[in-house]
Amino acid sequence: MKVLLRNPRREVEIAGPLRVSALLERLDVNRESVLVIRGDALVTGDALLGDADEVEVRPVISGGAT
Amino acid sequence: MKCRRCRGPAVIELRRHNAAFCPPCYTVFALGQVTKAIEDFEMIEPGDKVLVAVSGGKDSLALWDMLLDLGYRADGLYLGLGIGDYSDESGRLARAFAQRRGATLVEIDIPGEYGFDIPGAAEVTRRVPCSACGLSKRHLFNKAAIDGGYDVVATGHNLDDEAAVLFGNVLRWSTEYLGRQLPVLPAAHGFPRKVKPLVRLSERETAAWCVLRGIDYIVEECPNAVGNKHLGYKEALNAIEDQSPGSKNAFYFGFLDKASKHFTPEAVAEQEGLRPCTGCGAPTTDDELCAFCKLVGRMARAGSGAAS
Repeated sequence: MKVLLRNPRREVEIAGPLRVSALLERLDVNRESVLVIRGDALVTGDALLGDADEVEVRPVISGGAT
Repeated sequence: MKCRRCRGPAVIELRRHNAAFCPPCYTVFALGQVTKAIEDFEMIEPGDKVLVAVSGGKDSLALWDMLLDLGYRADGLYLGLGIGDYSDESGRLARAFAQRRGATLVEIDIPGEYGFDIPGAAEVTRRVPCSACGLSKRHLFNKAAIDGGYDVVATGHNLDDEAAVLFGNVLRWSTEYLGRQLPVLPAAHGFPRKVKPLVRLSERETAAWCVLRGIDYIVEECPNAVGNKHLGYKEALNAIEDQSPGSKNAFYFGFLDKASKHFTPEAVAEQEGLRPCTGCGAPTTDDELCAFCKLVGRMARAGSGAAS
C-alpha cells in the first residue's frame, strides 16, 4: 500500500494486509499523535489495510507558544 | 470496532473515553464537549458577539465551525503574519472556510499595517519567532475585539495545548503564569473576555472533526514552530497518554479543580498593576509603551526588518 507521511511530506510503500495499529507500530508512530485516513475516510486501529489502499498518516500535533 | 452510541461501524476511537464513534455520532459527541465547556465555565452568554481567532489550522477552523453550528454569532479574525508560503496558504484556507460557511472574516495584515513580519521580528529581537508571534497575536486580538465591539474572543486552544503549557509552567514553577492559565479570562482593565471552548477536546479530536466535516486546513506545521519546546512537551505528554489514556485530561482538569486557585492572587496583583500604553492605550504592565508598540518601534528603527 502507498502510505503518505507528513512533516516532511513523503510517501512509502508497505506490504499489506496489515492492521492500522500494526502499521503505526511499524512506522514507530504514537497513535495519540496521528489520524489514519484511507482514501478520504478515517479508520480505526483495528481496520485491515490492503495492498491496493492509499493511506495517509496525518500528524495532529501543532502549535507555537501562544 | 462499533460506535458506542448507535453500534454502527466506527471511524474514530477515543481511548481516553473508552469509546469509538461513527461520523454522525462523533458530531454529537464533539458538540456536546464544547457545549459542556461553554456552560461549565460560563464562556459565552446568549446574544454575545464572538470573535474567533482563526489561523487556517484545524483547531481554529473546527472551533469556528462548531460555534456556528451551535448558533452563536461568531465572526473570524485572521492575522497575516508574513511567514512566507505558510501564511499565504493559511490565509487562503481561512478565506475559503468563511466563504463556504457564509461567515464574516476580519483580516489584519501585520506587514501591510505595521511594517514588519514575524521572521524579521525574530531576527531583530534575537528571540524565537513564537515570541513576537504570540505577543502580536495577543495584542491584535484584543484590539480587534475592542474596536469591533465584540463581547468575547474565542481561541482554538485545545486540551493538548493547555496540558502542554501547564507542563512547561510546572516544570519551571512559573507561578505568575499558572495563576492565569484558565479556560476563561473575564473582561477587565480594557481587555475583552477570552475563552477557550475546545479545552475538553484533544487535538486529535479537533483534527478528526475537520476530516469528517470536509474542512480543508493547513496540515503542515508552521516552519517557525518546528522543534520548539511546546511541541516537545506535547510529545512527552502523548508518550504518557499512550500508556495511560486520560492522563492529559486528569492533569489539566485536576489543576483547574485543585491547584489553580492557589496561584490566582499573583495574577490578580499583576492585573491591578496595569495602566494604559502611552502609544496605543492598550493595558500594559510597562511604564510607558506596551510590548507591541515597543516591537513596532524597534522594527521601524531597524528598517531592514521591514516586510520582505
